[in-house]
Order: sequence, then C-alpha cells, then structure tokens
Amino acid sequence: MKYELTKQDINTEPFMTKPPEFNRKTVVMRTDKTYKCEIINILELTELEKLFHLKILDDAERQMFDFRPGQFVMVEVPGFGEVPISISSSSNNKQYVELCIRKAGRVTDVLHRAKKGTRVGIRGPFGTSFPMEAMAGGDVLLVAGGLGLAPLRAPLFWVTEHRDQYQDVHVLYGCKKPDQMLFTYQYDQWQSVGGVNLHTIVEEPDENWTGKTGLITDLFNDIAIRPDHTHAVVCGPPVMFKFVCIHLDTLGIPMNRMFVSLERRMHCGMGKCCRCMVGSTFTCVDGPVFDYWSVLNLKEAI
Amino acid sequence: MIFKVITKDEFKKFVDGLAEENETFGPKLVDTRADGTAIYDFRRASCFDDMDLDYTISHTSIKRFFLPFRETLSEFNFSGDDWEQTIEYRNNPRAIVGVRACDINALNILDRILMGGEFPSPYYIARRRNTFLVGMDHDPLEDCFCESLGQHLVHRGFDLFCTEIDGKYYLKVNSAKALAFLRNVETHSPTHEEDHMLIERKKALKASFKAKVDVSALPSVLDIGFKHDLWKKWGDKCLNCGSCAMVCPTCYCYAMEETIDVGLKTSKKERVQYSCNLVDFAEVAGGHNFRPLKEDKLKYRYYHHYRGFAQNREDPICVGCNRCGRACLVGINPREVINDLLMESKS
Repeated sequence: MKYELTKQDINTEPFMTKPPEFNRKTVVMRTDKTYKCEIINILELTELEKLFHLKILDDAERQMFDFRPGQFVMVEVPGFGEVPISISSSSNNKQYVELCIRKAGRVTDVLHRAKKGTRVGIRGPFGTSFPMEAMAGGDVLLVAGGLGLAPLRAPLFWVTEHRDQYQDVHVLYGCKKPDQMLFTYQYDQWQSVGGVNLHTIVEEPDENWTGKTGLITDLFNDIAIRPDHTHAVVCGPPVMFKFVCIHLDTLGIPMNRMFVSLERRMHCGMGKCCRCMVGSTFTCVDGPVFDYWSVLNLKEAI
Repeated sequence: MIFKVITKDEFKKFVDGLAEENETFGPKLVDTRADGTAIYDFRRASCFDDMDLDYTISHTSIKRFFLPFRETLSEFNFSGDDWEQTIEYRNNPRAIVGVRACDINALNILDRILMGGEFPSPYYIARRRNTFLVGMDHDPLEDCFCESLGQHLVHRGFDLFCTEIDGKYYLKVNSAKALAFLRNVETHSPTHEEDHMLIERKKALKASFKAKVDVSALPSVLDIGFKHDLWKKWGDKCLNCGSCAMVCPTCYCYAMEETIDVGLKTSKKERVQYSCNLVDFAEVAGGHNFRPLKEDKLKYRYYHHYRGFAQNREDPICVGCNRCGRACLVGINPREVINDLLMESKS
C-alpha cells in the first residue's frame, strides 16, 4: 500500500473516557456529553415557573461540577432539545443544582410535565459570573424584575453565606402582578437570617396586595445608596435593566460596578453556534454577565 | 516546507494512486447553468481522469466535508425510565484533490475558530485530521476578490499545493505524509529557473484580479455605520433565504435539532448548518426576536464577515470567493455592499 492514509482515531484518545470539565475551556473534551441528572424535587413557584432540583448521578461528575454565581447550564431533555438556564442555587451546594424554569417553549413545556425521578441532562457551567470577591467590603444592591430574580438568587446565596464580608445589602424586586412573585416562601428567611433588606413592588396589585405599587425605579426612593461604596447587579427584561442602569448611572455608581445578565437564544453554550451574538460578542462565553460599560459598547444589547 | 517539481504525467500517477487506495474527492462538472456556464462540485472520484482539475470554482465550498449540512452529534438510547448518551466522532481517512487557495484559507479560518480557542470541537478535529488536502491554484474569475483580502495565496493548512509552471507543477509539500507518497513518483527539487517561474506566476496571479474592494478601513467603518440607512436599502432587497451562508466557505453558525425515532427507542441530536439571515435566528422562547428586521439580519452577517468576532481575533472571516454574490437570488453582492458603505462613510 503506497498511498494509504492511516486513520487517526480520535475516539481512542484519553479525553473520551473522562467526564468533560467545562470550566477548562481550551482543552479538547466531549463538548456534547451531558451529565445525567435526576430531578429530585419540583417546587411550583407560580403558574408559569417551577423550581427543579437536579442531582448529577455520577459521583465523579457531581464532584467536578463547580460553578460561580451568574453562570448557566444547558439543560438537556433527551429527544426534545436543550435550553440555557441560569443556576439559581448556592455555589456551596454540592449536592444538587436548583433551576428556576419558566414554561415558555418546547423543551420547558416538557420539563413542566416531568415528574420527580425523571432523568434529564445538564452541560456546563458556562459563561461569566458576578465578581463576588471584588464586591466584598462594600454595599450590594441586587435589582430584579420578574424572572430576573432566578439568576440573582445565586449571588444572593453567596452574599448571605459570606454576610460578614459585605455591608448593607438591598434586594429590590419588582413584578407585574403579585401572583408572579418568585421564591415568596424565602423572603422572611432572607431578611431575618440573611440580613438582607428586601423591597418589593408590583405594577398591577390585586385585592390582597398590601405592599407598594409602581415601577421598580420607585423603590430607589426608599433606600439610601452610597454610590462610591456600592456594587449593583441588575437582572430583568431589557426595558427594565435599561431604566434601572440609567438611574444608577445618574446616582453616580461607576459603570464598571454595575452588572447585568443578558438573555439570548443559545444552541451550544460554547461560542460556536453564534446564535447568542450581541454585536460582536458571545453571550455564552463573554457573558451572560456584563458590566454596564460593556453593555453600552455592545451594538445590539439595548 | 519542502518544494518539489513534478511533471503532469507523474502527477497523474500520483493522483491515480491516491484515488485507488483512499476515498478521494475531486472537482467534477455536475451541471450547466442557463447561461451556459459550468457548475462544478466536489464528488467522489475514482482516478485522475475522473476529475475536472481545470475547473473554475466549485459552486459550494469544501466546508461540507468538515461541517456537513446535517451531522449527528450524539444519540440517546432509551430503556425504561432511563437513557444513555453515545458520542462517536467520525474519522474515516479521505483525500480531496484540487482545492483552491481561498478554500484552504477558509479552512484555516475555521481551524482557528473550531480547533482552537474556547471549547475546541472534536467533531471538526476528527474530520480535519483525517483529510488529506491537495490544493491547486487557478486564474481568478471576473468577480473573485480574494486578492483584496490577501487570501489568494496559501501557506498552510494543506498537505500538498500545486502551482502550474510551464506545463509542470511546482509543489509545496507541507506534511510528512505527502512527502512519503511523493516517493512513489518521480519528482525533482526545483531549479533556480523554476523558482523564478513560480515567483512570476504569483505576480501574474496578483495582477489578474479585476474585482477589487478596499477592506482596510472596514472594521471602523462598520462600527461607526452601525445605524446607517443603507442597511435598510440592502435589507429590503434581501429575501432572508440563507443561500449565502450555505455556499459560504466560512459560515459556521448552526442550529441544534433533536428528533425521536418513530420506534421511541432512540433519539438523535443533530447539528444543522444555519444562516443568520433566517427569520428565527435570534428568536427566543416567548417569541421575542432580537433581530426582527431584514436589515438587522443582513447587517449581522456583514458584521461577522468583515468586522470579525473576538473568537476570530476580530479578523474578517471572508476569503473573497464571492460564492454568496453568485448564489444570491436578488443580486446582493458583497463588493457592492462594501463599496456602498465606504462611499457613504466618505460623504
């Protein structure tokens, strides 16, 4: 055989037998290998949102899975598809991952029909995170609108677990209607145990609502913000974070201390499919967490 | 790199040998357009005479050998309430003969994105490593503008590259495999005169480009002209059909599709080549589309191609083959769009 090309079989290389470590971005790994998980608990938060507790079944994979607040995972429902969901649990929780999922499309609809014990997959974690260490020493302002509280729950967990490192912590949370509010069962705990000041507001109150009514920016009248000592994290629909950031900007919080988490369509989570492009930046690898200055520089962000 | 010179007869023997022992692809005449021009494409070839190596340019690029239009990434096998995922990387060795310089340069760009950087793709690596590439230069068509982008010459990314000089081929040998194969035929080290002929050939090639476009200022022009009206003008023409991305040698954006087998025993996860011009490219669950207008989508493609993304060190990824211009159903030509943009930025 004078001209025979020999097969270079990548399937026999060492990476094929190891679980993929998504935190090590530059090595060759089985990028489409999903960690098999079992849904160990489902909490119905509202009509549209459920909180899923997923436990990674393989011990080695579970120990390897390590994320930072703000990162997301790709949730795989075999046969139906994959969706990007930000992690809502504490990064200290090594037992299971909590994901707050809204019923919005094909895959999430199937997930909402799933029962305890169903096996799904996750790949990840992917993306950038909130710089929790850099925020230490000062005040923290977490501003969420609607489903935006889901990704903010991870940094909130971090802050309450490292409470001594932060000074005043305010959580501002706004919703359209009172029955859309998420994690209501934890509000007392956050305030009494976590030492967090929670302020809520709704746009369209019902007869049982006794709290404030109005837009999220109205809540800024209730709190004293020390612009030079504050890091702000904002998450919510684009209109909401735009107005909140503009307001915080006028208060004098430096742009590189205001963080937002963006949402886009994603098919890979790894900067390959290009579906989540904002201007010339990938939401999946350069985001989803951006500081406000970067967001202003992104062409299509707001 | 090692340089050799081979006669056409010996080169024929070389290709015949390669095709006999390996799955080999070469350019072939597949159809003729209404205006009489030939349509070439890369097809399985059994020997040298089975290929049309004096072809102009293939209608689609060789991208599909590395990024097939539809590729199974993994499979799920269901049993009871459980499932198992299987992943296998396809890596059958094969050879492709007669690839143009711009197409090899396009592969080099894809290499940087898909083999390097964050999350290298094992699917692409497996295919790339197992492909033996024999390149060949050609005289440009009327509308080729690869020279403007510096992509008309190629220096890496192939096993063997042939440049025709005086009825012979001047060979650039870029892999040990290629050098070993060449031992089966008669070659000689280039003489001083043959080296000179190669340089003359390169000069003549450079001078033969009629279509030119100035891309030096494009990144900043694109950034500044992001909200320009002319995008509406071109966007209104665009049909959002995605033909440009299908024939492009560097468009790599994709969609994932999952389908359950009719027997409900297995499901497949497939990567499908996509186009940013298709209507639901940036649509999220709930129905919000981040790029609702035709001009947004068209502009985005130009952004990706001429401004570049961080993943590609912000270099343009266009190689100037003008396949998209030829494939476009409404005559949107990248040169015209760029010239329009440059004219507007100067006025």
